[in-house]
Amino acid sequence: MRRVSRLTVFFAGELGLAALLTAAALHEPGPTSERDRYRVATTAPSVDLRQVTDAVSAVNFDFRGIDTLGEEFILFVSVSGVLVLLREPEAEERGLIIDAADAGRDMKPTSAMRGWMVGTVGPKVLFGLYIVGHGALSPGGGFQGGVILATAPMIIYLADGFKVFRRIVKFRMVEIAEAAGATAFLVLGLLGILAGREYLTNVLPLGEANTASSGGTVVAISWATGIEVCAGFVLVMYAFLQHVLAKREAAE
Amino acid sequence: MIFYASMAVAGWLLLVGLYGIVTSRHLMHLCLCLTVLQSATYVMLTGIGNRRGASAPVYAGGVPTSAPVVDPVVQALMLTDIVVEATVVALLLAITLQVQKKTGSTDPDNVSVMKG
Amino acid sequence: MELLQITMLAMAALFGTALVFAREPASQAVGISFYGLVLALMFFVFQAPDVALSQVVIGAVGLPLMVMLTLAGLKRRRE
Repeated sequence: MRRVSRLTVFFAGELGLAALLTAAALHEPGPTSERDRYRVATTAPSVDLRQVTDAVSAVNFDFRGIDTLGEEFILFVSVSGVLVLLREPEAEERGLIIDAADAGRDMKPTSAMRGWMVGTVGPKVLFGLYIVGHGALSPGGGFQGGVILATAPMIIYLADGFKVFRRIVKFRMVEIAEAAGATAFLVLGLLGILAGREYLTNVLPLGEANTASSGGTVVAISWATGIEVCAGFVLVMYAFLQHVLAKREAAE
Repeated sequence: MIFYASMAVAGWLLLVGLYGIVTSRHLMHLCLCLTVLQSATYVMLTGIGNRRGASAPVYAGGVPTSAPVVDPVVQALMLTDIVVEATVVALLLAITLQVQKKTGSTDPDNVSVMKG
Repeated sequence: MELLQITMLAMAALFGTALVFAREPASQAVGISFYGLVLALMFFVFQAPDVALSQVVIGAVGLPLMVMLTLAGLKRRRE
């Protein structure tokens, strides 16, 4: 189909979509008591029934845990897809993965910047662990903390190059960590079945609200998710870097 | 009022993102327009969960459970979605790299999937 | 607060449009980082701190890094 005719069909469709969206928005009831049911059912009960003060984490890992399990596995599968797509077997065999900075084509940051970057790695890891561990208390949880943890290896690459990155981040260990995180989520759900109730029931001791040990399986699942998300992002970054920095001579 | 404003912005971002995808000339531009489409859903969900004069659904530090808060269910939907869609965009970018390796061009019009 | 919310919505619409109309991926790379920041601010103003946390890290660090690496990979293959 020619471009102009394609665009005409598209604009006709867009106008129709815009009309439908406007009609839908105008028909939406405001915050009535019907729609408020979810809010009422998840905010006060998360403190009273589960001793978790962060209602969003309670919804994510307890009330709506099976959905989060599905989303975590979407992440797992996407990361596997990236790893499969970006493999360079010939370059791997011949050991031709070099650092572009070593070839003199790239700019390395100045030593002042490198010192600053390396100095922030420790606080980043600590902050990421804090966010993951306190997911049940204040805004945080597995997903946010996992991504924050994953920025630490990124800074290591940016400061010191791919060789140092590869020495610190071992591919095999990160792969195992990702699989372990995903499996841990599954297994924690099975605890509910072992206790004679449904999958993903909160069966660990709930503790008291506002303390670090509250929430039962919410904290445990938060840790598992944090490890899995962090490992997933580091793997994606590793695959991209390997693909981009492989020497062209493999093809010649 | 905020509700209708957020619906309008979400609808506008959806339409603009779709336009960007359809008229795109570079596969990477296409992936990033997809990000704009995703953010349209985030804006809409924020508008749905919002309540006048309510605060964040976090009760840390002794906030009473009777305080008005916004809906945490839509926030839970959004936050897992953001992280997961980032990896899906990574997958799309990896596909872009492979398409360029195989066919030598990044123009969606020149990439025909089914040959012979 | 309402005024702030409407302002952030308008900014999100504006920068989303600007992102789509920037045709070159190289100029979109910085735009997407800024758009992620605007979205994170919007989530914060709409009383959603969890979402803002994940959006800040993803939109300002994760996504631009992947976009830059893909750009580098595309340029290298074309040499």
